[in-house]
Amino acid sequence: MELSQMSALQLGKSIAAGEVKVKEALDAVFTAVDAREAEVHSYITIDREGAYASAERVQQAIDKGEISSPLAGVPVAIKDNMCTEGLLTTCASKILCNFVPTYTATAVEKLQAAGAVILGKTNMDEFAMGSTTETSAYGVTKNPRNTAHVPGGSSGGSAAAVAAGECFYALGSDTGGSIRQPAGYCGVTGIKPTYGTVSRYGLVAYGSSLDQIGPLAKDVSDAAAILEAISGYDEKDSTSIARKDLNFTAALKDDVKGVRIGIPRDYFGEGLDAEVAAAIKKAADELKAAGAVVEEFDLALVKYAIPTYYTIADAEASSNLERFDGIKYGYRTEDYSDLHDMYKKTRSEGFGPEVKRRIMLGSFVLSSGYYDAYYLKALKVKALIKQAFDEAFKKYDVILGPVAPTTAPKLGESLSDPMKMYLGDIYTISANLAGIPGVSIPCGKDAAGLPIGMQLFGDCFKEDVIIRTAYTYEKIRGEF
Amino acid sequence: MANVISDETIEYVGILSKLKLDDAEKEQAKKDLEEMLDYIDQLGELDTEGVEPMSHVHPVSNRFREDVVTNGDEREKILKNAPEERDGAFVVPRTFD
Repeated sequence: MELSQMSALQLGKSIAAGEVKVKEALDAVFTAVDAREAEVHSYITIDREGAYASAERVQQAIDKGEISSPLAGVPVAIKDNMCTEGLLTTCASKILCNFVPTYTATAVEKLQAAGAVILGKTNMDEFAMGSTTETSAYGVTKNPRNTAHVPGGSSGGSAAAVAAGECFYALGSDTGGSIRQPAGYCGVTGIKPTYGTVSRYGLVAYGSSLDQIGPLAKDVSDAAAILEAISGYDEKDSTSIARKDLNFTAALKDDVKGVRIGIPRDYFGEGLDAEVAAAIKKAADELKAAGAVVEEFDLALVKYAIPTYYTIADAEASSNLERFDGIKYGYRTEDYSDLHDMYKKTRSEGFGPEVKRRIMLGSFVLSSGYYDAYYLKALKVKALIKQAFDEAFKKYDVILGPVAPTTAPKLGESLSDPMKMYLGDIYTISANLAGIPGVSIPCGKDAAGLPIGMQLFGDCFKEDVIIRTAYTYEKIRGEF
Repeated sequence: MANVISDETIEYVGILSKLKLDDAEKEQAKKDLEEMLDYIDQLGELDTEGVEPMSHVHPVSNRFREDVVTNGDEREKILKNAPEERDGAFVVPRTFD
C-alpha cells in the first residue's frame, strides 16, 4: 500500500514493525503538502524543521522500545487554538499574530507522549467562531473535495488537511459542531466526546462550558484510537472528569444487533436538502438491515437549541476574550492616548467582524437589566434541552441524523448573512448544550460530488455505542 | 416583538466590550444585535418557571487543591510575548498622574 493511502493506525503498525521509518512518513506527508497546500491552505503554520527533529527523536524512542503507542511516529496536524510550546498559536486572529505559547495543551502533550509528530497548526475560523473557516485572518481554506466550496468550520483546516492527505489525522475543537460539521463537509470522520472527557487545558477558550477537543480522522478506528490517546482526567482542567471507561478502541465491533436507534422527525423538516435527507435515510435503512432497531420519534425543543446556544456561547466568549488587551501578549495598537484608548484600539484592530459581533451580543446579554431575560433564560432552556435528551436516551442508545442541512456551501456565500449561517448549526449544537458525544461519518455524496455526513449521538459517557454503530456502518458503506 | 437598540445602548455595549466603533460599525452592530435579539426572544415561548438554570451538564463542584507552585520561574519566557517590557516587567500606558 502507498504510504499516503494508509490510515493513521496502519501507518503506526508499519512503523512499529520497522517496515516504514518515521522520516519516510514525514516525506510522504510533505509531498502531499507541497502538492495541495497552495490551493487548499489547510495550515496557518507548517513546522518542517520541528517535525523532522521530532521524527528523529521518536524513531530513536521506538527503536529502543520506549514508546509502544499505536500512533507512535504518525504525523498529526493541530488546530491553531491549542497552545504548543515554542510554536506560533494564532487562533486565526490578528490579535495573536505573534503569540508563541510557553506551554503545551494537555491533549497535545498526550499525543506527543504517544510519539505523535506535529506537522503544524491548522487554519480555522477566528477564535473558532464561524462555520466556514472564512473568518480566519490568514486567508480561507478550501474544501479539498471541490475547491469552489468551503471546508466548513470552525476546524476547517484540520478537516481539509485530513481529506487532502496533508496529515494522517488532526485535532480539532467543537463548541457547536466545529469538529463534526467540517468532517461532514470534507468527507472525514470526527468525534466530539462527552464534555469533560478531554482536558481543555491549553485550548484557547471560546465557550468554556461547551468546548471539547476531539479527533478528525480518515476512519472510525483512527478516531477511536486518537480519542483514547488524548482523553483522561487533568487536574489543570477542573471540568475534566475522572472516567474509567476510556478504552474506546474496544468498541470497534462490527455488530449493531439490538442497538436502538432513534431518528428525530424534527430533523427532517424545512431547510433540509433532499439529497442529504435521502442519504441519511439510506444509511439508517442499512443499519436496520444489519440488525439495529430503527424508529422515528419526536425530540422536543429542536428549534430552541440555536438561540440558546448563541446566547450562552457568546456570553462566555465575551468574558473569555477580555484577556486580549495588548498588555501581556499578542498584538498592541501603534498609537494611543491612554490605557483605555489602548485597550479599545488594540481590540478593535485585532479582532475581526464575527468575533466583535459575538463579544457585543455576549456583553449585552450579561449586562445588568438583561441578564435574567437573556442569559439566565438560556441556561434554563439548556436544562430543558438536556431533559429532552435524557428522555430520548431512555428509549434509544443512539440518535441518528444529518450533520448539516446541506453539503458544503460555495466560498463567499455565507458571511454576508450571519443569521443564515447560524441556522446551519441546527443539528450539531444541541450535543454541546447537552454535553453528549457525537460522531460524524461520511455516508454519501450529492450530485456535485460533495460529501454528506451522518451524525450519531450517544448519551453522556456512551461513546462506545456510537463508535460501534459508526464502525459497523463504515463496514457496510465500504471505502469512501 | 422587534427589538430596537438605541444609540445609548450601543455606546454602552461598546464600553462593556472594550471596542472602538466608528459610526458605520455602530449602525451595523445595532442592526445585528436587533436581529439576534428578535431571534433569541423565541425562548420566551417556553415556560421556564421553577426550572433551575444549568451552567454545567455534569454535577461538578469546586475542586480545591493546595496552593503550591509546581512550575519553575518562567518570567523570561513569558516576557518574550509582551508587546513592551522593561526591567523584567510589562510596560503599560500611564494609568494615573
